[in-house]
Amino acid sequence: MKLYDYILSPSCYKVRLMAAIAGVKLDLRPVDFHPGREHKTDPILALNPAGTIPILVDGALILTESSAMLTYLAALAAPGWLGDATPADRAQVEQWLAFSPRLTASCGGARLHDMLLMPGDIGALRASATRALRELEAALSARRRRGHSFLVGAIPTIADIACFPYVALAPDGGIDLGPYPSIRLWMRAIRGLPGFIEMPGIHRLHEASAEPAPEIGGTAG
Amino acid sequence: MRHQWYPVGIAAKLPDSPAESLLLGERVHIGRAKGGGPQVTDAKGRALPVLTRFGHVWTTLGTPERDLFTIPEADQPGRRLVDVGTVRVRCSPLRAVENFLDIAHFPFVHTDILGAEPHTEVERYEVEIREDSDEVWATKVRFFQPQAAKSAGGGITTDYMYRVPAPTCSILYKTSPPRPGEWDVITLFVQPMTEELCQVWPWMALFDDASTMTDMIHFQQMIFVQDRSILENQIPAKLPLDPGLEIPTRADMTSIAYRRWLKRHGYTYGAQLVAA
Repeated sequence: MKLYDYILSPSCYKVRLMAAIAGVKLDLRPVDFHPGREHKTDPILALNPAGTIPILVDGALILTESSAMLTYLAALAAPGWLGDATPADRAQVEQWLAFSPRLTASCGGARLHDMLLMPGDIGALRASATRALRELEAALSARRRRGHSFLVGAIPTIADIACFPYVALAPDGGIDLGPYPSIRLWMRAIRGLPGFIEMPGIHRLHEASAEPAPEIGGTAG
Repeated sequence: MRHQWYPVGIAAKLPDSPAESLLLGERVHIGRAKGGGPQVTDAKGRALPVLTRFGHVWTTLGTPERDLFTIPEADQPGRRLVDVGTVRVRCSPLRAVENFLDIAHFPFVHTDILGAEPHTEVERYEVEIREDSDEVWATKVRFFQPQAAKSAGGGITTDYMYRVPAPTCSILYKTSPPRPGEWDVITLFVQPMTEELCQVWPWMALFDDASTMTDMIHFQQMIFVQDRSILENQIPAKLPLDPGLEIPTRADMTSIAYRRWLKRHGYTYGAQLVAA
């Protein structure tokens, strides 16, 4: 399974993260998004006329939407992550998958503007990011009061993976996550998941790894 | 400070219509001249001096006393020259350079790539301000690295040398994994936009015949963006040149020399002079 990938893209990271959690091995094909703008060149446009990455190719199947890729990876190798235990859960997963592009456009747009000098109205981008983050905070806060750490059902789902990266990287676009305690606890829970992998700007939980072994030859007894 | 050369663009990727940017708080436009070469103008439309070196376009708001530094090693045949692409950071340009000179953060910020626990010790190394060239040098730096470069197959102890030839530019020389007798050259050229905003233009001259150009670009972008969020949260935002606010350790010798050298030159753009 081949992923057309960019190391700094949160959308590509969603797919890498889900694949790592599901234990699916990806063949990564790096795309020179910046500074080369390779995603706008003919060979990539032939695969995805929209000129966006990621692109996931598995045999004859070509997917160009990251939410569809999450669904595919989960259905293939980690069906519990589909979050379809009840009709309501299934619908709520769909609800969050459809919400996630708002984070991409707002938090992601602010990040591209501030970090890679892409054009955009930074004030408007941050304002719409704030609205989306407030909605997410309210939902996660309500979930926490019912004893849940994740967006849907009792366990993490593709809905969490779809929303997590652009939220975690919002500070890259000058958006402070200080006002969102439930979001910060949720991000911590995701970073602590078995199989979690990082991307630049999203660090692993160092305290989740084993303590380094004592130096050999240290003080005895 | 006006009389230094600063990077403002990649020579091979100049915009078709002039792009606006900031240099030392002043508005500049970077584009192409009629003949196709680089052109940089100031806020009044006056053409500024330009030169092209290390794949980048350099300009100045003043009249530099000396030519831009050179990197003789980068001219060795067989090297691949990599324009990594710019990244903007809300931090002091001097903080960006200082971070580039630091080794101790590798295991914690570049975990399993440039460092890993428990290999956290920075062994003693040598630092000097070379009077003849007026540059800061750190030599005999050694560090264990799980994946020192895209071309590294596994963990190796890497030798480093650091060089600061200009206040907002730093060059590191490190063991080339495919050619252990040679140095890979990795640079960080910093464009000071304001005292707390900068644009970095990393550039590399590597011995690596196996990796694709995109692989090499992504490796370096990955490393730099791992640093970016740390840089944007440093306190104080400006680099303190006076002792008293921060307590350095032996591993910080390069940083101490860099700060001392900046102070000696009166280079204070992005610096804090009185301890807060």
